[in-house]
Amino acid sequence: MFSKKIVSLTLLVVVTATLFVINHFQLIGAYYLQIAQYIGIYAIMVLGINLVNGYLGIFSLGHAGIMAVGAYSSALISKFVLTDPVFFPLNIFLGGVFALLAGFLISIPSFKVRGDYLAIITLGFTLIMRSVLQNIEFVGGARGLRNIPSNTNIAWVFIWLVVAIVMVQMFIKSKYGRATLALQQDEIAAELVSVDTKKTKMVVFGFSAFLIGVSGGLLAHLLSFTNPNTFGYAMVSEGLIMVYLGGISSITGSLLGAGLWTLLVEVLRPLGVWRWIIGAVMLIVVMIYRPSGLAGGTELTIENTVSFFKNIKNWFASKTKKSVTSDNDSGK
Amino acid sequence: MTNETILTFNKVSMYFGGVKAIDDLSFEINKNEIVGIIGPNGAGKTTVFNVLSGVYIPTSGDIVFNGKRINNLPAHTIINSGIARTFQNIRLFGKLSVLDNVRTAFYGKTKYSIIDIFLNTRAKLDEEESMRQEAMTLLEAVGLADKADVPAASLPYGEQRRLEIARALACKPDILLLDEPAAGMNPNEIDELNKMIVSIKEKFGLTILLVEHQMRLIMGICERIIVMNFGKSLAMGTPSEIRNHKEVLEAYLGKGRKK
Repeated sequence: MFSKKIVSLTLLVVVTATLFVINHFQLIGAYYLQIAQYIGIYAIMVLGINLVNGYLGIFSLGHAGIMAVGAYSSALISKFVLTDPVFFPLNIFLGGVFALLAGFLISIPSFKVRGDYLAIITLGFTLIMRSVLQNIEFVGGARGLRNIPSNTNIAWVFIWLVVAIVMVQMFIKSKYGRATLALQQDEIAAELVSVDTKKTKMVVFGFSAFLIGVSGGLLAHLLSFTNPNTFGYAMVSEGLIMVYLGGISSITGSLLGAGLWTLLVEVLRPLGVWRWIIGAVMLIVVMIYRPSGLAGGTELTIENTVSFFKNIKNWFASKTKKSVTSDNDSGK
Repeated sequence: MTNETILTFNKVSMYFGGVKAIDDLSFEINKNEIVGIIGPNGAGKTTVFNVLSGVYIPTSGDIVFNGKRINNLPAHTIINSGIARTFQNIRLFGKLSVLDNVRTAFYGKTKYSIIDIFLNTRAKLDEEESMRQEAMTLLEAVGLADKADVPAASLPYGEQRRLEIARALACKPDILLLDEPAAGMNPNEIDELNKMIVSIKEKFGLTILLVEHQMRLIMGICERIIVMNFGKSLAMGTPSEIRNHKEVLEAYLGKGRKK
């Protein structure tokens, strides 16, 4: 166990160092690097969305608004308060903290309201956030906020992604994680086995918002520009597609969803507008054959992989057995 | 009798619009007693449990538990103060493992904070470990230790009922409310359940309040019985008293023809 810890830590350090080197000497084309950074940033966001929409099982559409809070607050801090690049990780963290407060705010309606109505309220939050940003001249209004220091690079994205994955994993295996899953299954039963459901909802919404806010901050510092329209309907639907494509209640699914969708959008770029249709069709197919997404409810671990291949083997074995018996039958 | 009172219902009423689910109900439960609540369908038995565990706030009256008035408190606070329950229609967390179902119920007694979770502190690891062991002890008490990693939904019916009891025990209650624990069981299973209820009562020093239709269970283990009809208590007494109570017989069997 101990050695395993050391191995993974060294691996992390080595990968991070390599990424810093790659970034510094531009060993990979800027285009590919950009896509990799998008995947990482979206993966952090999808992990956040998955906490509420997947693990907690509450359908929320507030993520675009929360992302805006994270993006704008960290961008403003980088631009006006802690301008030195040294503070970059701290600024991203602070952006996450502001988003966390917004997350607390939208968890309050979830105490009383559920289902479609909560979806409408959270969508309302997203739209209000966008309108507010469009109308504050200080943050650039509808034109957006320009000249944000472009501090995001592939190494920082990787570090934040690892932090996000580890945090989610620890959270899910804790008392709050169990309470979250219990709440998803049966809210009244959870309350009646001593789970403080309101507090749990608040904690999950807050944590989810923190991750989404971090991804927003990273995005703003990647493009060195951010505007209110980035965080509208398109971001709401793309976030949902990534969550439900990859798989709900799954870290693997979150990474898979973010990766697949970002790559798909890039690969299908020559098709123009038509690529959105292909994406939507893909989502429909996944929803029909795997309603909880490609990796819904499972994780990619060594044991799961082994048992997966065992199952395939057994399946083949049963198939061949059946065909043998049916041959015998026809023989008679 | 030198028994001290653990739970008091003082003129409790629960109305749903014009329906009087509980109407001016008063009773007392003593420590370490097994008390049964019986009555025809719709008599308000489950509502007593729902009011008691905080699902509903009673329209009027007082519920006093361990010397404290508890009606108006949120449900999880009531559960934390020492009341645990099972459900008439089983309400397990189906996708969670058997072990996690029990561990979820430790929520109210767990001390580590959110900071502990993300820093993976010693305090958290130790508490998680002791929680796992305690959960396994409870599962052994109800005979489910070998199925700890199975999803709860895949257990057969009788085992799901026992898991519900284990989960309720994980709340570390003083009083345990069992809502029709024997529903759908055959006589042999009921006898086994009888033994289990008595043994957990002794082992954990519990007071047990149970709602049941199965007379085999009620008459077998209850020291006292409360009979309800139309939200009111019709009679209270030992099993033999209840068996011969005129009004109870009328409520169940109807009045005899007038001569």
